[in-house]
Formats: sequence, C-alpha cells, structure tokens
Amino acid sequence: MEWLESTWAIYGTLVLSLGTNVLLALSIYLTLACGMLTVANAAFMGIGAYTAGLLTVTAGMPFLLALFFGSLLPGLIALLIGPPTLRLSGVYLAMATLAFGEVVRILILNAEGITGGALGLNGIPQFAGWFDVALAVGLVLYVLLRLSRSRIGRAMRAISQDELATELMGLNVRAYKLFVFVSGGALAGLAGALNAHFTFFISPNEYGFERAVEILAMGVLGGTGSPWGAVIGGALITLLPELLRGLGHYRPVINGVILIGIILYSPRGIWDLLRTRRRSLRPSPVQ
Amino acid sequence: MLAQQFVNAISLGGVYALFALGFTLVFGVLNVVNLAHGAVFMLGAYAALQAALSFHASLPVALLVAIGCSAGVGWLLDKLIFAPLRSRQAPHLAPMVATIGVAIVLTSLVEGFFGPENLRFPSEILPAATVNLAGVRVTWLELQIVSLAFLLMAVLFWGLKRTRDGRALRGLAESPKAAALMGVNVEALFRSTSAIASLLGGAAGVLIALYTNAVFPHMGQPMLHKGIAVVILGGMGDIRGALLGGFFLGFAEVFSVAYIGSTMRDAVAFGLLFIALLLRPEGLFGRAAQRRA
Repeated sequence: MEWLESTWAIYGTLVLSLGTNVLLALSIYLTLACGMLTVANAAFMGIGAYTAGLLTVTAGMPFLLALFFGSLLPGLIALLIGPPTLRLSGVYLAMATLAFGEVVRILILNAEGITGGALGLNGIPQFAGWFDVALAVGLVLYVLLRLSRSRIGRAMRAISQDELATELMGLNVRAYKLFVFVSGGALAGLAGALNAHFTFFISPNEYGFERAVEILAMGVLGGTGSPWGAVIGGALITLLPELLRGLGHYRPVINGVILIGIILYSPRGIWDLLRTRRRSLRPSPVQ
Repeated sequence: MLAQQFVNAISLGGVYALFALGFTLVFGVLNVVNLAHGAVFMLGAYAALQAALSFHASLPVALLVAIGCSAGVGWLLDKLIFAPLRSRQAPHLAPMVATIGVAIVLTSLVEGFFGPENLRFPSEILPAATVNLAGVRVTWLELQIVSLAFLLMAVLFWGLKRTRDGRALRGLAESPKAAALMGVNVEALFRSTSAIASLLGGAAGVLIALYTNAVFPHMGQPMLHKGIAVVILGGMGDIRGALLGGFFLGFAEVFSVAYIGSTMRDAVAFGLLFIALLLRPEGLFGRAAQRRA
C-alpha cells in the first residue's frame, strides 16, 4: 500500500489532469463534430474554474453545488453570446471566439477585487478526488456516446457535411448549433471547476490563447468522428510531455515534432486512422 | 504631445501591418491559418541579433540575414508541411494544428539554444541621433524602422500589382484550379508565397526588436494575437485590409495607452474586435464579395 501511496503522490495530479483534459477535449468535440471551429473553450473553462473556486473559497459552498454553478454560468454565457456569434462560420467564428476568450481573460485579470487579478486565486480546497473526476468523465462520455447515435448526433454529422442541405431537410440548424455550443461551454466549465479543486491555485493566464490552442489540438489530433477520438487526443496531449520527461530541455521540441508527424500521417485524427485500419482488416462483403 | 503620439502610432502600426501582411497572404493564397507566424517573427529577430553579436554585422547586413533565414523557414514550412497536407487533401484544420506544432518546436529550440532571458542589440550598432521634424523629435532609428516597413510594403504591393508572378498569385488566390489551367506553376507559387510571407514576418520581428530593444523566445505570442486582430479587422486574406488594420491597431493602442490607461488596452482592442466581427463579418474594410490578395 505504501507503494501505491507514493505513486499517487507523484502521479496523482497527472491522472486528475488527464481526466479534466479529456473533458475539455470532449467539450470541443461537440462543436467540431458539428463542423464549427470555436475556440472559446479555454475561456469557458476559466469562467467555470473561477465561479466554482470563488464559491467554495469565499462562500464556503458545498463542492457539488459549486461544480453545478461552475458549469451553469459558462453555459448561460454561451447561451447569451451564442445567437449573434454563431451566425459567423469558418475562420471568422474561430476568430470571434478567440477574441471573446481574450476579453474574458483580461476581465478576470482586471477584476482584482473579486478574482485577485494577476496574483490568482489561492487556497482553493482540494475537494476533487480521482473518484469525482472519473465519475464525471464516465458520465459525460456515456452521454456523448449515446448522443452520437441519436437523432441529435446524426443531425450534427449532417450539419458538418452540408449545412444548407440539412436545413432543407427541415432541421433547425441554428438550434442544434446553439445546443452544442452551450453544452460545450458548460462541459468546459465543469472541467475548469474540477481542475481548480485539485490544483489549489488558479490564475487568469492559465485560460488564455495557449490553453485554447491546446484544447483545439486535442480535438483535432484525436479526430472528430467519435467521442473516443477526443478521449485519445486529450490523453495523448496530457501524457506526451510526461513520457518525454527524460529528454530534459528539448522535450517540447519532440512534443511538437510528434504533433506535426501525427497530423501529416493522419490528417483526420488518430481515431479515423484506427477505424480505417480495423475496417480494412475485415474481409469486404462483396468478395 | 499629440504629434509625438502620432509618430509612435505610425511606426508601431507599420510593423503591425508588415506582420499582418504575411499572415493574411498565407491565409488568402494557401488557405491556412498559420499559427507559426509569431514564431517565425521571433526567429527573424534572433537571426539578426546573432548576426550582430557573433559576426559583428552592421544593421543592414543583420536585417538581410534575418530576411534570408525567415524566408528559408517559410519555404521549408510549405515544402515539409503544407505541400504534403495539400496533396493528401487534408481537412482545413489539419495544417493549422501542424503550425501549432511548428511554433512549439521553433520556440523551444530557440529557448534551448539562447536561453529564456531577454537579449539586447549591442548599443554601438544602433543609431542614436535624433532628427527634428517640424517640432517633433524623432530618433533616427524610428525613422529607419518606418521607412523600411513602408519600403517592404511598397515592394510587395508593386509586385502583386505589376509583375507576372503577382498576377498569377492573385489568380491563385481566386481559384487554384483555374490558375493551374492557365499554366501557372501552382506548387512553386504556393512555396514562394509561404517564403515571402515568412520574410515579411521575420522583417517585422527585427523591426520590433530594434524598436523595443528586447529579444526573447516568447516574443511572437503577443504579436500573433495582434496579427490575428489586425487581419480580422481588415478582413481575412485581404492585403489592403491588413495594411489599414495594422495602422488602425497601432493608433488605437498608442492613443488608448496615452489617454485611457494601459491596463484595459487589450480588452478594449479585443472587445472592439469581437463587436466588429458580429457587425461586419467581412472585416471593417471588406466588401460583401471580397477579393483576396
């Protein structure tokens, strides 16, 4: 048991970040699967982290309730900015959500009275154990897997293939888009709220451009064909730096090279690669 | 005071425009959001700095070295990453994620070689004289930065407008297929576009490094944000828009620092940007049916 304890002391945080990163990857999977490039997830994560963190630190609220508000508020904000923002598409949508993310980061940075500004929020109680994170990942993954096989999942794929045709089929494209945007925001908020309760300390710069880009990389790397793609992408981006720890100073170089290599080798993501492999091993029904 | 701010805004805006031109050129022609453009910008600054420190190069020589290095990186970027992805008909997000990898690689390589600390150009190669222009004191260096930014932009515009390759490039931005049918060597042109765009980014890096006299591995990150802001303001892929957007941001920044205060500067800039996008998705200066490059 002592061995287990010391291993957990070293790798515990890594396992927990693995969980929250998978949640983040799943949150961007929702919009990517709909063919929408939104990169506001880091900002939603930050809003969730600060909401939940402030609620437990200053209001002494129970953990579960704080988690609930930590995903509710980003969801509400997504609902608010969604209708005007989602009129944009392609790169413009990406840029608008990026700009929104910067505004959120700077607002958190400057609201020193509430958030502590650049010094960050300190002394958040470490409520989130492995059980909470595992439960959250399991539940979310289950719901998303069911979702992808449902009417909504089919509608999402249809929208990503051809928006106009989907609309002509009588589907309410706008409503579906708003739905995935809001649920992606709430999910990112949940990840942030969980994350804040095992890192002890949060600061606005954790939720900036780099984080947004990292989340996007998880989503694209894994592939957007299935929620499993997001799981693979999230796990890979979290574990890669750890696996390369022996390389010391030049670790990020190899990290970047692997990222480039995967994209070059399998531009549609790792999940797509695994799926096509498996399919080609099966004998084709025609012969 | 006002005139002094005006000069600052013009020199800053000129560098922003130069950087954004490279960014928008790659988007307009190659259809790639190049998130490694900030890293190339940083690399240009380091190349010039090394030329000046290790080989005691004068300022113009150092600039030429930086331009050569960054153009080479741009050429390699297309050769090793964009071209293979094009030939595999990758989804449009794939090259963007690959450029994230490139930015990580370049930044950490530079950090490994030169360390994370802030480096400076040797003061003896920087011209210290000031010029009096109608009552405004302008340093000789500032004047050189502005004129160089304008010179590079003028050459770019002339090249796009008047030369055969420039016309081919504009055709390519409209439709690669049609350009190929007209006998344009599309692949070669893609490659040189990437090289030229990186050249502009690297040159902007040297100019900013001279302007602020600070060179550090992560200097490209804030610049990339600003470049993105400029390019959205001007309309993605619109080179005239990038030029105007660069000066717009330069003026907005300098005057908001001077008259509002520096803490909310970026929030104001990005907030305006967000609103501008919602009201005019084609960019402030774009037309509904916009022409690229």
